[in-house]
Amino acid sequence: MEQFFTTLGIWLGALFTFAIFSFLYKDNPFYKTAEQIFVGLSAGYWFVYTIFFILIPNLYNPLTQDFSANWIKLIPAILGLMMLMRLIPKTEWVSRFPISVIIGTTSGVFFLRYLKSDVLNQLTATMINPFIGDSWVTVIGRLMLIVGTICGVIYFYFSKKHTGALGVSAKIGIYFLMVSFGAAFGYTAMARISLLIGRLQFLLGDWLGIIHP
Amino acid sequence: MKRKLPLLITFTVGIILIISEFIPHKPFGQLSGELEIWFLIISGFAILLGQLSLFKVNIIKIKFKQRDWQFYVVTLLSFIFMVTLGFLWGTGNSAGILGHGESISGAMGYKPFDFLFHNVYQHLQATMFSLLAFFIASAAYRAFIGRTVESNLLLAAAVLVMLGNTTFGVLLTGWLPDSLKFLHLPNVSEFIMTFPTTAGQRAIMIGAGLGIIGSSLRIILGIERSYLGGE
Amino acid sequence: MGKTKQIDRRWLFLLIFIGVALPLIFTIGLPLETSENVQMVYDLVESMPKGSKALISFDYDPASMPELHPMAKALLKHCFDKEIDLIFTAMWPMGVQMAEDIMAQLQDDYPDLVYGEDYVNLGFKAGGMITIQSMGKNLRKIFPEDMNGNNIDELPIMEGINNFNNISFVFSLSAGAPGIKEWVQIAHDAYGRPTSGGVTGVSAPAMLPYINEQQQLTGLLAGLKAAAEYETLLQAPGTATSGMDSQSIAHLIIIIFIIIGNINYWRNKRAEKKGGK
Repeated sequence: MEQFFTTLGIWLGALFTFAIFSFLYKDNPFYKTAEQIFVGLSAGYWFVYTIFFILIPNLYNPLTQDFSANWIKLIPAILGLMMLMRLIPKTEWVSRFPISVIIGTTSGVFFLRYLKSDVLNQLTATMINPFIGDSWVTVIGRLMLIVGTICGVIYFYFSKKHTGALGVSAKIGIYFLMVSFGAAFGYTAMARISLLIGRLQFLLGDWLGIIHP
Repeated sequence: MKRKLPLLITFTVGIILIISEFIPHKPFGQLSGELEIWFLIISGFAILLGQLSLFKVNIIKIKFKQRDWQFYVVTLLSFIFMVTLGFLWGTGNSAGILGHGESISGAMGYKPFDFLFHNVYQHLQATMFSLLAFFIASAAYRAFIGRTVESNLLLAAAVLVMLGNTTFGVLLTGWLPDSLKFLHLPNVSEFIMTFPTTAGQRAIMIGAGLGIIGSSLRIILGIERSYLGGE
Repeated sequence: MGKTKQIDRRWLFLLIFIGVALPLIFTIGLPLETSENVQMVYDLVESMPKGSKALISFDYDPASMPELHPMAKALLKHCFDKEIDLIFTAMWPMGVQMAEDIMAQLQDDYPDLVYGEDYVNLGFKAGGMITIQSMGKNLRKIFPEDMNGNNIDELPIMEGINNFNNISFVFSLSAGAPGIKEWVQIAHDAYGRPTSGGVTGVSAPAMLPYINEQQQLTGLLAGLKAAAEYETLLQAPGTATSGMDSQSIAHLIIIIFIIIGNINYWRNKRAEKKGGK
């Protein structure tokens, strides 16, 4: 019986793979059906996992097993229920209270973390001695790192018109950003091709048995 | 009350979290710790809200027989089917309402919920995203044209990085003598990634970081209120 | 500008399909060189003493499996070979299944591994950065149970693990947010734990600034190539290595597309100029 279900599973996988690939020819009902099954299953998965892995262990169990030590969790529970009031247009405003807790917490944490990791630490990482590299290539690279970062940041400074020295710096900044986007494209191409490789490894391996990855 | 109280809550919560970073003692440390746990629980409800909202939107589309409404029936049925299976027999080693369903999972090799995940959902999602491989190739052909200095830089970086990321890159320039090793394609690719790309990305990171810091402050101080929606 | 002559893009699709499929069937086995970032990850794991406890976060879903699964498998193999105990978490709900899938694949190679002693799967939690920050203070409050509903206090591997200070290093297998960025910001920058990760090619460039002298990130596995390099370092070729031939051919096809696209553009432009005169 298990063998039957294993085979059925592989065939189902192949069937849905082709249903999605059929979009490459043109949009069609097979693709649309597969797409909607994807949306439905995805939502269902999130729903079940949220209840099984968040609401039961972090809310229901503490409240039912030791209420006196965990009664404070009633507050987020109530706030959570208030969040669901958003589904009814007349009571939508009630959800502003839990949203304000969420937004307030996020803002507070983001303020601190981004300041340290993405601003201060990045500035520190740019303040390097470019001339201590082990070869002239590294020295050039480190110089590029310093100049590129500074000019790139200048490019994002929109409070003053980009003319004169500021304009030249911003222009250099754009050049660095373009190289960066080009490299990002190269990596994106690699990523997308990898996904296709994964699909073909399934079709040629698990389904047809031609290859053994 | 409908607007001022939420603004006050946002301000208080945001300030507590910021102060707790510098004074991690009572009451700030304790309060921020508690708020973080609340965040997790409210996030859970927010996820449920998202799924229920999807349910509601689809019901409306079907009710008013909007274009392609039949496909939204499929969405709803898939959603209900997945949730039902999850609740009845659970997932992984977590039991559902009917326990673990040993006989059914013994026959299927997985619990029904996990069977659907592994054999349907996983393939659907992986294939959906793999379509992008075709579109990126097509985009490369149509849009990657060297018209200006900027676009030429973008193009050159993309081609060099792509070549460097292939095994051909190793073969093509592997014969170069040690003195010219910096021209070896994988090394060129690594150089582009380590220096100019990092510089560009760091500039974006600093810019975005400053933007996030500014937005956070505006929200905490009640200057930015769009998250509360209209009246 | 006149209309550029374009070929039906479905021909391009077909070429890409064939270009990826054929090398999978007729393998070439082209050589690979290890990049510095991959070596750094390898060295980090190598430097860990036996019995260290690492936190591996599965922050991806099936959409990124072909890229992240091979590196997850290689990394876990390396850790188990070094007898490092592993604590799995997931900031993405499907990450839980990803971790389970990898462990199922490794079962034959490591039959003696004991769940709860050598590794544990704590499951999924929402909340991204804020949840990670809370884990850093008190991991037990966020994960009172593992994914199977076992009380965390009853699991031997979790003995003495209360917060990030008790973790040797953190590794995030990340396909986006929440993922490696949040782990760097909290686990390394707030708690000082060595942090590393594996990411999809798409998100790799944005993570590069974290690889710096402060070691916000200790190395990075970026995309399928890095996974293949890691497999090569471990001398255990897997799906990433076998996919690299296809990757190379597909890249060449894309580069040829770019060249043809540019030739077409310049040819049309010249023809237009001539026509204009």
